[in-house]
Formats: sequence, C-alpha cells, structure tokens
Amino acid sequence: MPLYYDDDQAMLAETAQQFMGEEGAIPKQLRHWRDRDCKDGFGHGLWKQFAEMGFTGMLVGEDDGGLGMGHVEAGIVLEQIGRNLTPSPFLSSSVLAATALKHGGDDVRGRWLPGLIEGEKVYAVAIDEGAKHRPETIACRAEKSGNGFKLSGKKDFVVYGASSEMIVVAARTSGSDSDTDGVTLFAVPQDASGMSHDSVRLVDSSMASHVTFDGVELDGDAVIGEVDGGREVLNAMLMAGRVGAAAEGVGVAQGAMDMTVDYLKQRKQFGKLIGEFQALQHRAAHLYSEVEIARAVTIKAAQLLDGGSEKADLMASVAKAKVAKAAGLAVKEGVQMHGGIGMTDEYDIGLYMKRDRALQEFLGDQYYHAGRVAEMSGY
Amino acid sequence: MPDLESFRAETREWLEANCPPEMRKPVKDEGDIYWGGRNATFKNDAQKAWFEACRDKGYTVPEWPKEYGGAGLSPAEGKVLRQEMAKIGARPPLSSFGIWMLGPALLHFGTEGQKQRFLNEIARGEIRWCQGYSEPGSGSDLVSMQTFGEDMGDHWVVNGQKIWTSYADEADWIFCLVRTDKQNKYQGITFMLFDMAAGGVTTKPIKLISGNSPFCETFFDDVSVPKSYGEDCPGYVGEINRGWDVAKYLLGHEREMISGAGGGDRTAAIGAAMKRNAGELDPVLRAELAQFDVDALAYTAMGEKFLDELKVGKAHPAQPNMMKYAGTELNKRRHELMMAAGGSRALEWESEETGGGKPSRNWLRTKANSIEGGTSEVMLNVISKRILDLPGA
Repeated sequence: MPLYYDDDQAMLAETAQQFMGEEGAIPKQLRHWRDRDCKDGFGHGLWKQFAEMGFTGMLVGEDDGGLGMGHVEAGIVLEQIGRNLTPSPFLSSSVLAATALKHGGDDVRGRWLPGLIEGEKVYAVAIDEGAKHRPETIACRAEKSGNGFKLSGKKDFVVYGASSEMIVVAARTSGSDSDTDGVTLFAVPQDASGMSHDSVRLVDSSMASHVTFDGVELDGDAVIGEVDGGREVLNAMLMAGRVGAAAEGVGVAQGAMDMTVDYLKQRKQFGKLIGEFQALQHRAAHLYSEVEIARAVTIKAAQLLDGGSEKADLMASVAKAKVAKAAGLAVKEGVQMHGGIGMTDEYDIGLYMKRDRALQEFLGDQYYHAGRVAEMSGY
Repeated sequence: MPDLESFRAETREWLEANCPPEMRKPVKDEGDIYWGGRNATFKNDAQKAWFEACRDKGYTVPEWPKEYGGAGLSPAEGKVLRQEMAKIGARPPLSSFGIWMLGPALLHFGTEGQKQRFLNEIARGEIRWCQGYSEPGSGSDLVSMQTFGEDMGDHWVVNGQKIWTSYADEADWIFCLVRTDKQNKYQGITFMLFDMAAGGVTTKPIKLISGNSPFCETFFDDVSVPKSYGEDCPGYVGEINRGWDVAKYLLGHEREMISGAGGGDRTAAIGAAMKRNAGELDPVLRAELAQFDVDALAYTAMGEKFLDELKVGKAHPAQPNMMKYAGTELNKRRHELMMAAGGSRALEWESEETGGGKPSRNWLRTKANSIEGGTSEVMLNVISKRILDLPGA
C-alpha cells in the first residue's frame, strides 16, 4: 500500500478540510465556547454536524450502522480538528470509545452505538490514574457483586467526562495492580449512582474530570468484552487513540507552522520582512522537515493499524512521540517568531501552544512513548 | 492486486534461487561493494554470481526500460523487489554513480543513441563513472565554477581542476561540468562526457580525517573532448551551454541518494544493537538512543512516503532537499551515539577487533554527509525558498 492518500481518502481530506475550516474554525468554536465559559467545552451543534458528515460513526462497522472506515480516515478528520483547534469529543467518542464498543457484544453495541453514530451522545474514556499516563497499572477495582459488579476507585484526565452519556472505564477485576490480566472494561452510564465528577478546565480550554467511583453498582451487561480479558481491548483502544492523537497533533503542528510562515512574510523590522532573515528561514525550514516526517509516520502507523500489523503498536508509539516533538517545536517556534504579539490572547498562535500541551499528555507523552519504543525494541 | 502478488511470489522464488547466502549478509567494508568498470574484480564467486544473475535479469537497474539494460519494472513492482530484497538482506548487486546519477540524467535528457550506448554500459557494469562538479573555489556556490572548454569546432580543449570527485582514480569515464561561455553564468556550462584515459587527465586522492581516500582532486590539462561519439551520440548531455539544467536535475537525485531514502541501515533503529554490544546502557544514553530511534523509525516512514510519492509525481519537486537534510543530520547523530555506546573500544584506529577502526572512521566519514551534495545550510535555503516561499530566500 503506497504511503499517501488514495482517491477516496484524498476526497475525504478535502471535505474535512473545508468543513472544519468553516464550521470548526477557531472564532466559531474554540473562542466562542471558551469566551462564554461553556461547561461542556465543546458545541453539541457541531457534534450533530459531525454525525451528518458521517464522522461520528466512521470507525463503526457497517453492520452496526457506521461507515466501516479505518484509522487513516479517522486521522484525516483529526488532522483538520487539530489544524482548527476544534474542540470536539471525536477522539474520545468516535475513536477510543468506539474502538472499545466494537469489541462488545450485541447488547453493548446495540445500546451505545446508535446514539454515537447519530451525534446524540458523547462518550468518554477513563484510563489514567494519576497525573501521568501509566495504563500498565490499574488500581481502580470492580468487585463481583450479585449478578454484576461494584466499582470503586479514581480516574483522572477523563476528557469531557462530565458531559458524556457514558464512560468506558478500565478497571481491575482480579489480580494485583500491575498485572496484565485481570482487567475488565465497563460502559458506565452517566446516571450511575456513586459516580462523581470533579470537572476542571484545562489549559487549552477543554474540560476534563477527576472521576470518583464510590461503590458504583453495575449490571453484568455493562461489561465490554470479556471479564478479566479487557487488556487486549484496552490495548486496541490505546493504539487507536495514540494514532488518532498523533494525527490531531500533526494538524496542530501544521496549523501553527502555517500561521508562523505567513507571519514571516508580513511582519517588517529593520526595513525588511523578517522572513528575509536567514536565522529565521533555517529554523522554519527545519520545522517544515520535522512536520513532514511526523505526518509520514502517523499515516504509516494508521495504515499498519488498519492492516492489523503486529508492528502497529511500535509505530503508534513512534508516531505519538515524533508528533509530540514536531508539534512541540512548531508551537514554541510559532510563539517566538511571532514575538510580542505571540504572547497576546488576541492572536491564535498561543492557542496552538495550549492545545499542543494538552495533546502531549493525552495517552502518553514523548518520554513515555520513547521509553516504550526502547522496551519494545529490547533495550 | 493479484498481479503484484504473483510478481512478489515470482520475485521471492527468483531471489531464493539466485541470491547466494554470502550476498545476504550486511556490507562490511568497501570490498563488499561491487562497482563494476573496466578494471573491476570480484571479491569472491558469490559476488560474481549475484551480479551476473542480476545483470542478466535487468535487476542492476530494475526500473529502467529493457532496451537499456533494465527489467522494465513498474514503480509498484520495483517497490516489491526492494521489499523482497530487504527481507532477505540482499546486497545491491552493483553500485555506481552511473546508476544513481548519470543514468537518471540520460533517461531525462539523453538522445536515443546516448541511452543505447551509455545506459547499457552502466546497467551491465562495464563502465564506471565519476562526477566532476565541485572545484576548489566552487563548493556551495557551484555555478561559479571555472574549468573551461575552448571550442575547437568538433571538440573542446578542457583545462581546469575538479575536487571531491568520488573514486576518480578508479573511474573509467567522467560526467563533468565545464564552462563553455565565460560571459553567461548559468547558461554557459556544458555537461560533458569523456574518458578518464584521455590524455591530460590526472587524479590525486585526498586523504580525509577518517584516514580513507574516497575522493580525489582531478586535473585537466589540455584534455580533448569530442563533441560527438558517433551518430546520435553527442559528447555532452542536453544542449551546449545548458548543462546547468542537467546539473540541477541531477543534484536532486544525488540528494535522494545521500538522504538514504531507499532505507537500509542508515535509517534503522540502533538502540537494541547498542545494548547488545555495551551490555548495560547508561540510563541517559539509553534515553538518547530511544529518542534517536523514534526519529530514525519516523524518518524511515518518511523515506517510504517520499519514494511512493516520487514514483507517481506527488512529491514536491524540492522535497529531496528536505530528505537530504533530515537524513544526513540523522546519520551523523547515529554515529555520535554509536561512538558513545562503543566507549574506548570504538576509539581503536587499527585493531582487528574493530575491523581496522571502522567505528571511528565511519563516524568521521559521516561528518561529510551534511557537506557533500549540498550542505545542510544550502538545503535549508532551498526549503525556505522553494517550499516555504519565504521572501528573499
């Protein structure tokens, strides 16, 4: 498979670019909701439009009413989300939660997928416990209780958790905290009693919850996949989410770079356009090179994931780490090259820096993933 | 694509039957590379057998047309062949500047007569070419070159000096930039082809900091270069005084080559191998290796994407500059880390254990990667101008 978009994917890219550039644009979404102190942190109207575009259920199989597309396609949408800093539950709902639900039985899929596809419902995922992403350790416990389970513990960085109709929770049903086995995934509905959200606004204006489960009673049919066999599904979610976050990061990097290169062509100092200075040209050219490489490895990881390759896990980490480096460089160079104006809230470049920071942490930062690359490579 | 899959199966079978086991081991030193040419010798029978099998099949230049010595493979088939060769670690059967550089220029600019003669000679490994571009006073500013060919009607008399001519002392022929109009900077250069055995050509190897001498100074003292080698076979490529067009086109290919876009060792991850050699890795070094491996594996994907796009004309025409820049900077970093992981053993300059100082010599050699074929700084200039369209670049 060649490492570029085929005709259908190129068409989708064009559609997504146009749609997000209009409907998902910074003034219309990010600034609009932020400046109104919106407690959701995103617009439900836009989520409906995502559904009309077929985005919400793009990863869901056709038998379940979705489009049965792959991660290359999801990445195309996410790159445009990143480029426009569009606040959206797409990554959590349509990539992470959808990947989990695809592994569920008929009941689970029938209960949750239609609402997602129609853009009526938003789902979150609860994986992290603590300020850093360490999914190898899961302490949150679900004890057997009658025909169901009783869930206790805490989860952090549950993005859009308080606005979600359901949260996919990774919990321990047997063994000790750092065991690979003994993990089970649950679809926990919003109204579950004993679940409480401490919802906080993050640096990028998105909302995330610290969620506490205080003996939350769950039916057996809340289980997604096999009891004690959730690690495999969790890994599938993580791979999909990491490749998706990488794709969004490529968009953030590209957006910040485009803005900056434009600025170099407008701003004059010492009687010259600042883009004429070789000191800035070389930094911009280096940045271009890093962003191109980050995009290439992200598409590669998505293709491997879609092809079911055993290398997908490694390349998902490579992509997440590489994009973090490239996007981190893009936003830092962006603010610096904009000079003073780059520090103002009025200019968008700072918004890119904030979104990049949040995305860096989501599902593992570059240090976590570089470490993973080392481990998977045998050192 | 069932055709491609059956091609893959055939290729696998052909490689299995024709690639000797010795030719599936990594290239260790210069002697493992077969360059061809009038004076070429094979290191062993396996090298000979592998070269001859490929030559007869057109696989020294698989994607060149059959009438010029290639196998006429499509881009997709070419990729399959490269993948299958990589899978078994097959060495390139023939390396040459003819394949990498002159060939592409002739395919683009050459006459039918030139293609028939020179491409077949290259594909069959009969003539080893070298490149005459840089001069002592013309490095990054190549177009300022002064080597001059005086027009004598049916031939030129060439005088001047080239530098950094790779393997000029072992080459049979040279493709050489020669000024033919002193008034016209860009449109006063001709891309000439001539025999190194011609009277007046002398070469002198340059010893590098690595102790090796892959480059020469090449002197031209009243060298007579014919304007024609027979019917439809001029002694120059493209038009007289328009050699700069050919040179620019070729520089693109050189940058692709140096960038290591074709994959292979230069873009591979190294952390695991370093740990095997070193035993325990210092944790900070391990972290550096991990960061390197991320960059290397990502760059490998970039190389694949670039080649795929190049084959179908989707790549930005200036993208080879980016590949060259990123690839060579990566390779320098790679060798810095290999030296660090190798410790004092890697410092040995002549010992048997290090194969005659390979780690340190290779490390030093890589420092030229970001100088030859256009410095990193020139690459960044080109990206600024042609891709980012920055003002005054």
